[in-house]
Amino acid sequence: MSDIANHPGGSFYRTENIPQSPPPVSTVGVLGWMRQNLFSSPFNTALTLLTLYLLYLVVPPLFQWAFIDSLLEGESNKDCRGIAGACWVLVPKRFGQYIYGFYPEPERWRVNLTFILFCLNLLPVLSDRVPGRTFAALFLVFGFPVVAFVLLHGAFGLEVVPTHKWGGLTLTLVFASVAILFSLPIGILLALGRRSEMPVIRTICIAFIELWRAVPLITVLFMASFVLPLFTPEGVNANELLRALIGFIMFASAYMAEVVRGGLQALPKGQTEAAQALGLNYWKSMQLIILPQALKIVIPGIVNTFIALFKDTALVSIIGLFDLLLVARSAVTDPKWLGLEHESYIFAAVIYFVFCFSMSRYSLWLERKLDTGHRT
Amino acid sequence: MAADSQAGGRRQGAASWWYDPKIRAIAFQVAFVLALIGLGVYLVHNTLINLEKRNIKTGFDFLFNPAGFEIPLTLIPYSVEAGSTHGAVFIVGLLNTLLISAMGIVLATILGFILGVLRLSNNWLVSRLVGVYIEAVRNVPLLLQFLFWHFAVFQSLPLVRRAIPIFDTVYIHNRGLTIPKPIPQPGFMLVVASVFIAVATIIYLKKWARRRQDATGEQFPVFWVSLGVLIGVPLLVSAAAGFPLTWEYAELGRFRFTGGLEIQIELFSTLAALTVYTSSFVAEIVRAGILAVSKGQQEASYSLGVRPAPTLRLVIIPQALRVIVPPLVSQYLNLTKNSSLGIAIGYPDLFNVFGGISLNQSGQAIEIVAMCMVVYLTFSLLISLYMNWYNRRISLVER
Repeated sequence: MSDIANHPGGSFYRTENIPQSPPPVSTVGVLGWMRQNLFSSPFNTALTLLTLYLLYLVVPPLFQWAFIDSLLEGESNKDCRGIAGACWVLVPKRFGQYIYGFYPEPERWRVNLTFILFCLNLLPVLSDRVPGRTFAALFLVFGFPVVAFVLLHGAFGLEVVPTHKWGGLTLTLVFASVAILFSLPIGILLALGRRSEMPVIRTICIAFIELWRAVPLITVLFMASFVLPLFTPEGVNANELLRALIGFIMFASAYMAEVVRGGLQALPKGQTEAAQALGLNYWKSMQLIILPQALKIVIPGIVNTFIALFKDTALVSIIGLFDLLLVARSAVTDPKWLGLEHESYIFAAVIYFVFCFSMSRYSLWLERKLDTGHRT
Repeated sequence: MAADSQAGGRRQGAASWWYDPKIRAIAFQVAFVLALIGLGVYLVHNTLINLEKRNIKTGFDFLFNPAGFEIPLTLIPYSVEAGSTHGAVFIVGLLNTLLISAMGIVLATILGFILGVLRLSNNWLVSRLVGVYIEAVRNVPLLLQFLFWHFAVFQSLPLVRRAIPIFDTVYIHNRGLTIPKPIPQPGFMLVVASVFIAVATIIYLKKWARRRQDATGEQFPVFWVSLGVLIGVPLLVSAAAGFPLTWEYAELGRFRFTGGLEIQIELFSTLAALTVYTSSFVAEIVRAGILAVSKGQQEASYSLGVRPAPTLRLVIIPQALRVIVPPLVSQYLNLTKNSSLGIAIGYPDLFNVFGGISLNQSGQAIEIVAMCMVVYLTFSLLISLYMNWYNRRISLVER
């Protein structure tokens, strides 16, 4: 046997490997991918063709409507006559209102400055490539609100711009940020209260959380705008924005509490016991042992709640706050822009989408980054 | 030892009173409750002063005062002429909320299940397309979607006089949908009763078939027989009673329809917005539920010789439902709460007619907002009761 194998030129089996031949053309590259993902079975082929046909029916006309047959420059809806596509004329004309509401034009740099400072402050908090996260986070919570208030509302020689002049995207962002800023600490306290061993505190916290979670936000906002003025003593007339904010923060903190509770429940009991064994008191053990771990687990959940809250701020337009949605809505009630509902709403929807979508991508990224695999 | 414990005891005795966690907890709770009561008294005091100043009487007497406004969609008799009260407004609004929620729940579930399954399809194009749809719908505020459906989609349908006819019986236009109006003739109640009898028969049939299969192993074609009973019995009864239902067809006049039944456009806008928005959440829940059933279950079922369709029905779906149902039910609750956004486009739900118009007319802000909150709180409690019951039931099935 070995004789034959060793025989030069006389072997009937190979002594070295065949050079690797390329895989069949139909399984690699674009063709292979298509075969596997689009045409793997007769049913799938039919589904693909049907989908392609639907896309062909919808996408080119939509593209034509939005970009090719559309009009961007114009004075009023009269210019839209004879335009087959979208008539975006009101967007550039009213752009200032979409972004700033009735904020006086010469003062709008203050809004821009606040926004830029906010982004700069947020950068180290969101990303770990920029140094100074702890300081930035502390400043964001304790320092920045003061700076933003001084800049937006006006003090120290800056002209005062009353809150009823704030509007558009500015109002939406301010509202959402303030609500998030306050609802997170209140939510943490409520979650701790709900897990507390003191029966009275626990009952009160459960009742508070469940009450706010059970009712629709719009009833909360109505309560804030109609019932809350009855609660305040005579002569004290809370600002409309502030009242809506109070209602919204109560609502938001109940949701936040449930998210945080999820994190607290995910921690094994040994962590609390270990903290007690070290002689830490309740607040110390929470601050140093429990909350850092619990909050880390639920960061994606917190970001998702932020997204939901950001979307929910649109509801303040119903009680008459001039947010982005109300700007979009009232723009088309102006006789000059009648009939441009599609354009106005789509523009507002795109703005909301950009913010929510980037937050949700960030949350996904964070989830992958934090998923270090040693969860209990 | 003795000296030690004595010294320790003294130190403990000196400190324990203040540092005893039990006493501290009680003291803290008492202080908290006192502070809460103090706040409550302060608020009630302010409220009473404010109400007196504004000449508002507290109490629920206003429920018996006539409400002077029409409601476009009423499921119970309601009219301003007959002097219907704010109490009636409450009932009408509550029924409208339940109506839109029920319809929204059914449609969102169907659409959501289809989307969820398509999202999992191994067809790249379909899966991606559904993904884009879900992302687009989830990331835009619901209120904006309400406004878009109402003002940009449904209100740009043709005017009433250019209504789109479908077989000349149903008309679509920008104020709603006009359909023939059913007029029950004497004997119609018999047909309604026969439907209930058919349903009862089917329930009994199903139990009987189950018992027989357990006892003898023989299967009974429950589905087809049920379908036959459900269609056949009412059909036979109505034939016997001489088809006691006539239709009044709508006639298009110069500007409006005479006769027929007009379903308001607000209903469709609200339904579309709620269905589309909720379906995107349902789709994600369904996807997660199906992914949660491990592939081994399917393989085990196949290896036992069970065919694909029964595998899906008897092995995969029951286990997926265990993951799907709890978040799905909380989406149903969300949908019910979200139906209150109908106020933005004028759908006459509870919050619009009662919390909006009745509140403005009567000025009883506290009572009305509280009543609305109690209604939604009741929904939420019922749902959580159901959830607890369901969780208990499925945990029995578990190993």
